[in-house]
Amino acid sequence: MLPGRSWTDQRIENVLGNLLRAGVLLSALVVSIGGAIYLLRHGHSPVDFRVFRGEPADLRDVRGIIGDTVALEGRGIIQLGLLLLIATPVARVAFSIFGFAQERDRMYVVFTVIVFSILLYSLLGSA
Amino acid sequence: MTVLEFSLLVCACSLIAGLVGALTGLGGGVVLVPLLSLFFKVDIRYAIGASLVSVIATSSGAAAAYVKEGFSNIRIGMFLEIATTIGALLGATLATHVSTHAIAMVFGVVLLFSAYFARKPRSLAERAVPPDPLATRLRLNGSFPDVDGERTYNVQHVPAGWSLMFGAGALSGLLGIGSGAMKVLAMDQAMRIPFKVSTTTSNFMIGVTAAASAGVYLSRGYIDPGLAMPVMLGVLAGSLLGARILVQMHTKWLRLGFALVIVLLAIEMLYNGLSGRI
Repeated sequence: MLPGRSWTDQRIENVLGNLLRAGVLLSALVVSIGGAIYLLRHGHSPVDFRVFRGEPADLRDVRGIIGDTVALEGRGIIQLGLLLLIATPVARVAFSIFGFAQERDRMYVVFTVIVFSILLYSLLGSA
Repeated sequence: MTVLEFSLLVCACSLIAGLVGALTGLGGGVVLVPLLSLFFKVDIRYAIGASLVSVIATSSGAAAAYVKEGFSNIRIGMFLEIATTIGALLGATLATHVSTHAIAMVFGVVLLFSAYFARKPRSLAERAVPPDPLATRLRLNGSFPDVDGERTYNVQHVPAGWSLMFGAGALSGLLGIGSGAMKVLAMDQAMRIPFKVSTTTSNFMIGVTAAASAGVYLSRGYIDPGLAMPVMLGVLAGSLLGARILVQMHTKWLRLGFALVIVLLAIEMLYNGLSGRI
């Protein structure tokens, strides 16, 4: 392996690492804010997760979650934080496409685009 | 139990699971689902959704520390992620069609496998193997910093490793776990990638794999914010704490104890699945 290339690899990985950390911290912050609102409003209600009912429609897709967040719904804000968390590795993959393109590594640009498409399909296609 | 009591208890248990998971290198996800479904009587589908979310948090949180060391190989990771994400999509889709009894039983078997893996010492064998033509074409071979300079390695058995990764992805999607043990097995044992490279690359891949099934779970209503909130925050805090104190601890007895807990949880899961309680 050429020394120049391995240096670029390392640099890309450092950017990726920081991206992941920032994404996780941001999502943990949003989840905490939503959690605080949720506990303040519903902390004394009885809990029940024994029976699976599935989440209401507004907590299942991006549009509904953003709507709930704007309405300052605790559960909606938590879900927004979780959405940010799920988006973090997806952003990492998107950045890798750019990284491999910089290195003119066509084969890995193709591989990364495949992974990115699968992730997008899961997030958008199944909604 | 009120929502507040439940959240605090679940958060505390998740913190311990994340801490022990990080200290033993097994991840907390594998004990979370049995813990939630057996002791907190949470429906296994909600438990799997919450666990999957926490898996993404731990993987991404730890990756920042790992990548700076220069062990992980992003080409191996990306190439194998094609297999794990396809597997994860299939696993998550399968999870919405099979009965919860079946999921509980598969979970029990996977727990037994994890317990066995927890006891096994990691392989440290030096590997001087000739380059494999397919691995060379795919540019998978690499190097990592060792005590006496850079050490290079040649990747072997690419198709076998890829197939195992597909299986690891499917299990991750079906059970909401990171399936790190199986990923490391595929890289370390089948593909002959050095252990340190295998574990750090595996950690890098876990988040992407879990994200592939998280989309399916979200749209099917498996991810409940009230449950995922304490689980995710607890596991994340526990695993970050674990990564801090890892260096100063002797983990042999901890690994053994954890393996024992996993076996007990496995038996419970199998029993509950067979008797139709889950």
